[in-house]
Amino acid sequence: MSAVKAKHQRLVLVLIALAALIAAGLLAAWALRNQASYFYLPADIAAKPPETGRAIRLGGMVQNGSIKTAPDGVTIHFIVGDGTNRVPVTFKGIVPDLFKEGSGVVAEGRMEAGGTFVADNLLAKHDEKYVPREMKDMTVAQARETVKETR
Amino acid sequence: MTAEFGLAALWFAAALALLQLVAGALALNPRGASLAAVVRPAAIVQGALALIAFGALISVFAATDLSVRLVAANSHSAKPLLYKIAGAWGNHEGSMLLWVTVMGLAGAFVAMVERRLPERTMLATLAGQAFVSLGFYAFLLFASNPFERLSPVPPEGQGLNPLLQDPGLAFHPPTLYLGYVGLSIAFSFAIGALVTREVGPAFARAMRPWVLGAWIFLTLGITAGSYWAYYELGWGGWWFWDPVENASLMPWLAATALLHSAGVLAARNALRAWTVMLGVVAFSMSMVGTFLVRSGILTSVHAFAVDPRRGTFILALLAIYIGGALTLFAIRAATVTEGERFAVTSREGALVFNNVMLTGALGIVLMGTLYPLVTEAFDEKVSVGPPYFNPMTAFFVLPMLVVLAVGPLLRWRRDNLARVRGMLLVPGLLALAGLGAAAVLVPGKVLPMIGLALAPALAVASLLPLRGRRLRQVKLPLWGMVVAHFGIAVALFGMASDSAFTTERLVAVRVGETTPVGPWQIRLAAIEPVAGPNWTALEATLQASYNGAAPALMHPQAREFWAPPQNTAESALHTRWNGQLYTVLGEQAEDGRWQLRLWWKPFVPLIWLGGMLIALGGLLALTGRVASDVRRLVARDKIAYRREKQGR
Repeated sequence: MSAVKAKHQRLVLVLIALAALIAAGLLAAWALRNQASYFYLPADIAAKPPETGRAIRLGGMVQNGSIKTAPDGVTIHFIVGDGTNRVPVTFKGIVPDLFKEGSGVVAEGRMEAGGTFVADNLLAKHDEKYVPREMKDMTVAQARETVKETR
Repeated sequence: MTAEFGLAALWFAAALALLQLVAGALALNPRGASLAAVVRPAAIVQGALALIAFGALISVFAATDLSVRLVAANSHSAKPLLYKIAGAWGNHEGSMLLWVTVMGLAGAFVAMVERRLPERTMLATLAGQAFVSLGFYAFLLFASNPFERLSPVPPEGQGLNPLLQDPGLAFHPPTLYLGYVGLSIAFSFAIGALVTREVGPAFARAMRPWVLGAWIFLTLGITAGSYWAYYELGWGGWWFWDPVENASLMPWLAATALLHSAGVLAARNALRAWTVMLGVVAFSMSMVGTFLVRSGILTSVHAFAVDPRRGTFILALLAIYIGGALTLFAIRAATVTEGERFAVTSREGALVFNNVMLTGALGIVLMGTLYPLVTEAFDEKVSVGPPYFNPMTAFFVLPMLVVLAVGPLLRWRRDNLARVRGMLLVPGLLALAGLGAAAVLVPGKVLPMIGLALAPALAVASLLPLRGRRLRQVKLPLWGMVVAHFGIAVALFGMASDSAFTTERLVAVRVGETTPVGPWQIRLAAIEPVAGPNWTALEATLQASYNGAAPALMHPQAREFWAPPQNTAESALHTRWNGQLYTVLGEQAEDGRWQLRLWWKPFVPLIWLGGMLIALGGLLALTGRVASDVRRLVARDKIAYRREKQGR
């Protein structure tokens, strides 16, 4: 092996590097397809329900009067809507400061078998300068209907 | 007045960069050789002018001159002075000014002290540095003027994002930028060497200290940024694979690879074209990161600009510089002659493996960061997080760490694994024992298990290069390598321990109640209002007792800033030798109970301790290399002086 390599070492090194890069690229592409978490609106969930247990992001408006705190004081239940559909959400944790009824939220988590979304993390609007990317479009598209509905 | 002064300095600096580029390029031609004398002074004055412009911006921020639009938009008279000053770079325009300032200073520094590079390569390098600077000067002057005036003058500023009002964060961006932008030197060196075709050990030795310097700052910046995110965001995590974090990690991976390949080039005259390419790639990653962060296509705390014109501008700069450099590389790489050969089992072989794995990890991070942008173009919104990044980067990094244990023990050119087998017995057995122990302690968690098993073995293996040497005579660069590799083992243990052993507890308690987390008993003693210069807060007093010992007091706060109006949770930490207790105060429930989020994180501070050790290793190596350079230069001058005297 060393005799062959000594003669064409540079070529071999280039080929190894290329092979490693291609392998890394393929591996990454495969993993991205499987591991990327897709963004859903409640309407998307109604139309094409995601696999239960798969990590997704759910965005929408927190419906007025829907936030309920469980007896343990740290678990909350609320409903996220987009004007046409609604999804019940459960979250255990400290909610972000601007999380409130009638305003937008993006929840990271997964659908459970019963049709409830279990959130690991809530992203609310942080301040004027920081809005989750998905929410910017959503407020344009859905806000009017949501406001109509929640009034 | 100060603002106009700063703007004028900026224009003059840009003009000097143009002069530096034109004179440097012309001087490469024999007919323009007389222009060579202009290049170094131009670089030095350009750096000084950029620094003056940056000083002017700091001074308008310190004085809260609200007639400057940038100050009005990002500062507030009630802010503490430190954050007024830090506000100068806590926004898009100011951070871009910091960018060109660091680029200018780096170029000036090279012009002043670098004496090892052949003169022609030096001219091409400084011209290259000026060429890159010019694009960013244009960006500042035409699309992001930091000194723009505002009329009418508002009565009060809008304030700085409270998340950024933290002493650690005041210094985080400058540190990171020194690293991030300092890599532009490696880029310009690579361009210079490609232009003059002088790629060799001398080039690598000249480039290495500069890369090391930038890499040390980058390492410190990433470490500090990670610790900031850990305690300031209140989520208990230390790395979120946020695009902004990735933007700093990618240049670091490339620069780490570059340091190692430059070592091969300096010592053995091999990996010639590859080293040059890494020089191009490292700073290209800095620019890609800037594009991601500053163009507004990604939203995060760091994304200031939402002006699409700016994104287009940065994209155009990226295309010109990265595209241009890669084209130059493609044309010239074939003319870079093949370096010295080596066997697979050799120091070079191990370093090639290190480089391939680092590049692979870089590719993984780059793809994961760009993927959401690609799918967005097809109207599919996705986010990519830890389920992708953790296993995928580990796939490349863990094998690299195994080779890291062996590589430094191998000889250059050709070696035999049988020779080092004896030395590796102890770390090998340690790894096996660790794997057994980890399998019992944390069954099913694959990555933490491997990390816990590998870290102690790696720590021992990293010290092996010192074996059989007199410690006093060990040279600084070798100490540097040992310390940095040991730091990797330390950080790895912290990361694995955090994933494996963290206990978390989320409860609602009344004042006076006690709740356990891990070995701790935590009593909520009181909740009181407190006030700061530009915020008010509810502050909890927690009595935290470790295994029944006398309680330590902790004070997490829920803060309310009023300019801009925003609430933040200020976590409180208690550090012991074996870990950190992390507490966050949440909301008050309707029945009067308070939410508390508590984490006991065994050995988590080792992550940042490891990061600092890695940077310290870099510093030791840099000190050693610079000292020996200085000694050599002094000796050369002495000989020249003696010859002169004898000749007379």
